[in-house]
Amino acid sequence: MTESAAMPSQSISPESAQRKVRISVLRYNPQERGSVPRMQTYELEEADGMTLFIALNEIREKQDASLQFDFVCRAGICGSCAMVINGRPGLACRTLTRSLGSEITLAPLPVFELIADLSVNTGKWMRAMSERLQAWVHMKQIEVDISRLEERMEPELAQKIYELDRCIECGCCVAGCGTARMREDFVGAVGLNKIARFRLDPRDARTDADFYELVGDDSGVFGCMSLLACHDVCPKALPLATQIAFVRRKMAGAGWK
Amino acid sequence: MEHGVPLIVGVGLTDHARKSHWPARLDLAQSASGLVLALFMWGHMAFVSSILLGKDAMWTVTKFFEGYFFFGRSHPWIVSIVVAMVIALVVTHALLALRKFPINYLQFSSFRGHMRMMRHEDTTLWYWQVLTGFALFFLASVHLYIMLTRPDRIGPFESADRVWSDHFWPLYIVLLLAVELHGGIGLYRLAVKWGWFGSADAKAMRRRLKLAKWALTAFFLVLGFATLAAYIRIGVEHSDRYGERYVPAQLQTSPVPAPAGGDLRSPR
Ligand code: SF4
Ligand code: SF4
Ligand code: FES
Repeated sequence: MTESAAMPSQSISPESAQRKVRISVLRYNPQERGSVPRMQTYELEEADGMTLFIALNEIREKQDASLQFDFVCRAGICGSCAMVINGRPGLACRTLTRSLGSEITLAPLPVFELIADLSVNTGKWMRAMSERLQAWVHMKQIEVDISRLEERMEPELAQKIYELDRCIECGCCVAGCGTARMREDFVGAVGLNKIARFRLDPRDARTDADFYELVGDDSGVFGCMSLLACHDVCPKALPLATQIAFVRRKMAGAGWK
Repeated sequence: MEHGVPLIVGVGLTDHARKSHWPARLDLAQSASGLVLALFMWGHMAFVSSILLGKDAMWTVTKFFEGYFFFGRSHPWIVSIVVAMVIALVVTHALLALRKFPINYLQFSSFRGHMRMMRHEDTTLWYWQVLTGFALFFLASVHLYIMLTRPDRIGPFESADRVWSDHFWPLYIVLLLAVELHGGIGLYRLAVKWGWFGSADAKAMRRRLKLAKWALTAFFLVLGFATLAAYIRIGVEHSDRYGERYVPAQLQTSPVPAPAGGDLRSPR
């Protein structure tokens, strides 16, 4: 599961004939005076196993040093290279150019604050969301006794929690979400997934009533219209549809009373 | 920092300001009212399409709902009561669904732009859900109002006259399309929203659900159009005797057909 999620999900077509790809980038730098949003097209020779991340770097090195985009890990772990690729959010470092047509359109993720060109400030959004949802384990004891053994956790449960913890906060689910596009205050699938994760954790002392305080409204789980784009675009293939439905059932139960 | 507090921030929030429970209740109510309406529409289609089995079959279904077989005579007001309940449900469902509508043009256009950009089926389906829901509120109102005020005008000839001679067929064509799309998408959405039919392979389950959704919509559209065609045919044939009620052969005491508004069994 984790293994497959770490591999590029696109299949590589066998023909290795070189082709030219045209990459059109939506460019705009709000910091720069006189900058207006515009499309700029770059043409380059496709290399074997070329990802968008490699292509963008090549453009920056050889054609246009002013092009801005983010990356850190180039392996689908840091979540910084998310962008809108031919209309859908995805990770540039996980997308092979071969899996796309020869005309590729790139745009920055919507919803998040634009830094410049393809670079957006997902961190700011994620931090605000985490603070709002108090996305950390709320321990039962305040005194931590480091000489004592940690409470045991069943491996199956640990695995389940780990599965949800694989989220890299790339923001694809938020950018792909029709609700998030319409309502600024929506916590997104990434937030609801966190609630599901901490709810699973036996060390977290919060009850459903506590979680209801965090996501029991239309900016939380009840705002979700089950469009499931989040599930379909999540580059880590997290079971978002299942988790959101789960949180919805629990929160409906907590709120009904 | 406060000391001696056994739990850290967040826990025990419930002791402080309590969040309203209404979002949860409204969300459940929206789903429940939608589910009841969708199931009602299936039943409704089954009864209405009885015309395909013949006029007597449809007459029997109609009389059954008017209590004819219980009380020995027809009480169309029973139908009115059911219609009133359906109207109440439709209004409730519409009001609840309005919460999810784009509230201004900006939201509407950003959703539209998003939909065009994503080309994602479930996202696009939601847009159709909104459009058909909006249309339904007006189309269904017309139909429901007639059913509420003239429950006695349901029957093989009566309905056919409404469809053809009263020119309801254009409305019914659009209404049928809107209902079947809206109901099918809605049921599918309910299943994924609440995680019914959960399975280890969520992707495959969703594919199957979507297949079932389209199959149901297709089935009810075919049935619906066949039914509508049957009423149109009867309506055309019956147009020169517009208003005349249907009396099944076994109840006809005289060869003269019952005049409009007359008792069903003994034409005056
Ligand atoms: S849930 Fe998936 S799409 Fe959303 S932020 Fe996490 S990894 Fe990215
Ligand atoms: S299911 Fe749809 S509305 Fe809900 S979080 Fe995912 S994309 Fe957004
Ligand atoms: S560069 Fe880290 S996820 Fe793409």
